[in-house]
Amino acid sequence: MSSGEDGAPDQLVEHLSMGIDPYEKNWMRASIILLVIFFATVTVAGFSMGIQVVGADAEVDPRIVTDSGPWAEPGVRMIRPGEYEAYVIAQTWAFVPREIVIPVNSEITIHVTSPDLQHGFKVTDTNINMMVVPGQVSTVTYTFDEIGEFPYICHEYCGRGHVTMAGVVKVVSSVGEEGTP
Amino acid sequence: MSVVDRPPSSSEYEPRFAGGYDLTRPEKRFVGQHLFVAIVALMIGSLMGPLQSFQFSGVDLYPYLDPIIKSYYQGLTLHGVLNALIWTTFFIVGFTAFTTMKGLGRSLSHPRLNQFGFWTMVVGLVMTAIPILTNSATVLYTFYPPLKASWAFYLGLTLVVVGSWIEGWGFFLTLRAWRKDNRGVRSPFIALGGIINAAMWQIATLGVAVEILTMLLPWSLGLIDNTDPELARTYFWFTGHPLVYFWLLPAYVSWYGMLPKQVGGKLFSDSLARLAFWMFLIVSVPVGFHHQFTDPGVPQTWKWIHALLTYSVFFPSMITAFTVIASLEYGARKNGGTGLIGWIRALPWLDPSVAAQLLAAILFMFGGIGGLTNASYSLNLVIHNTAWVPGHFHLTVASAVTLSFMGISYWLVPYLSGRQLWSPKTALVQAWTWFVGMIIFSNAMHVLGLLGAPRRTPLGDATYVPEEWNGHLLRVSIGGGILLVSVIMYGVVMVKTMRTERVAAELVPTVPIAEPIRSAQLTPVWLDTFKPWLIAAALLLLIAYGPQLVDQIWNMNLNAPGPDSTPW
Repeated sequence: MSSGEDGAPDQLVEHLSMGIDPYEKNWMRASIILLVIFFATVTVAGFSMGIQVVGADAEVDPRIVTDSGPWAEPGVRMIRPGEYEAYVIAQTWAFVPREIVIPVNSEITIHVTSPDLQHGFKVTDTNINMMVVPGQVSTVTYTFDEIGEFPYICHEYCGRGHVTMAGVVKVVSSVGEEGTP
Repeated sequence: MSVVDRPPSSSEYEPRFAGGYDLTRPEKRFVGQHLFVAIVALMIGSLMGPLQSFQFSGVDLYPYLDPIIKSYYQGLTLHGVLNALIWTTFFIVGFTAFTTMKGLGRSLSHPRLNQFGFWTMVVGLVMTAIPILTNSATVLYTFYPPLKASWAFYLGLTLVVVGSWIEGWGFFLTLRAWRKDNRGVRSPFIALGGIINAAMWQIATLGVAVEILTMLLPWSLGLIDNTDPELARTYFWFTGHPLVYFWLLPAYVSWYGMLPKQVGGKLFSDSLARLAFWMFLIVSVPVGFHHQFTDPGVPQTWKWIHALLTYSVFFPSMITAFTVIASLEYGARKNGGTGLIGWIRALPWLDPSVAAQLLAAILFMFGGIGGLTNASYSLNLVIHNTAWVPGHFHLTVASAVTLSFMGISYWLVPYLSGRQLWSPKTALVQAWTWFVGMIIFSNAMHVLGLLGAPRRTPLGDATYVPEEWNGHLLRVSIGGGILLVSVIMYGVVMVKTMRTERVAAELVPTVPIAEPIRSAQLTPVWLDTFKPWLIAAALLLLIAYGPQLVDQIWNMNLNAPGPDSTPW
């Protein structure tokens, strides 16, 4: 295909090309650059800025999960000063416990599971946001560095009482002020 | 260079636009039947939506609907199923039947197959509607187990999907028959676009089909006692995200292939229009985990991979933005438009069909930007399952898609019924009220989400609502009220149009089909061939979903029975 006298090759080239307008070509290049920037920022933000997305941590049997082990006595426990863990049951239509009290600047690891339906666990004004799925344990670690009340709200439809399903994280200046966890 | 079919210089090989083909009366009736079901579903479903928005300000009208509708959530289920699943699917399948016949300039090759598909969908719809209306399927349109609906709900939804598959097979066979008769000719874009969408839909719905047939249906029939809710979520979102492109691509068929004609222009680039559709075919499906960023049971790595793949959908979206706007600008300048952006005024804004679709596209830009937020692996934590999300998809499916479909129906219904549109002015006001109502509603929902308001919650009853939410809750109600007026106007325009007298054929609106600026015959063959793209789609799916899906199926734990009594 190289006759090259009467413009036929040119026509063929055009025939095979996509015929993209130069402006649009630049637009597409810019889009790809933007895309790479998005990839990079999302990756950096997701893995090196202390943001924690829930993963595959532990599985439980929702039929017996509340019978024994930590889920039999949900609540907050101090592991060592400044480090806490909480086991939270999300069930129709309440969180147990309804209150998590911890001192400011302490790190807490929260485990949530459900014995019945799917629920949600989002602590307002924080990056804690997890689905609660029967059979799975949702785990997140977070440091509360501000004194205040942070409601946790069920954000997945779970029946007629869904709207009442909420609790609160109370971050206090020192433990014992509002009841020892 | 064997791909060069015929020399492009010869006028004999100009692409054949089938604009002249007039559908037969039975064909028009067949398409019209789809639209009829779609619009009835939209009307009923849309009456529920504003009731939810009023509830946010403490005006709960649901008690007055008893005993027809017993709760906010039954209303919400109706709203979601009828609007997001039924209105869209019936309109899309009907519209694709139309673009296939009109685009290819021929009848469906197996009309009985398509009729069978349509009636399967109708039977499915009835089976789905009965349990919803009797309050035995108040599970919302995501039906997450172990919320257990009546078996009829699951079987009904399955039949709707299977019916849409069967219709899709009819479209493929029609395209194949056309290709046999038109070797070397590029398939017309409006037909190809609709059929690519039908192909994507067949791949995408495998997830929900497996979910229902292997888990939910046997469980609701009492054959198995338990479910694996996390596996069900993975199945569901396999379908759940491409579902949004299934809604969107028919609107794109119109934006690329019809709207330019309506504004007096041409399609700016046939090649890129096709490239965008093929890219949607391959990247629509392997992105579902971005709906599961906050799910336990899915490792972070897969979530991150799907986040990246979701961003790649950004690329065909950007092509669409450029190509569609350039096509509109081309038309506007031909009509005397000037200036860097001044040409926008030269678009025929008084044509309700055009105005509706332009306004839909404007809202979609904001929907797209919000979508980038949702897809962000990290930012998603701020908005997942908050009021932001319904705020977002009311800009996409409820505006970009629904308002575009309304705009399309403003010429399509008159064309199919041999009439003229009743009161184009009312239709124009309808489009604008939808636009304004949706801006108010959606903006308030986005803000509420950022403040932490959960979605799917009758916030008027919530005890945790702080003072600062109140103004936004009121704006949600105001937006909902305007949208209620708008949807009623749409219903009135449709009913009144059908009640006018038929007019002479030359007074009936013609079908707008935009020619490309550069002949479609010059578009490379690889942009008109299914095979490489289907292979790419399958490979990408295998890589992006295979390992995690196999792992979840392999380690399936059917152990969640759900609560002892009905939770709604």
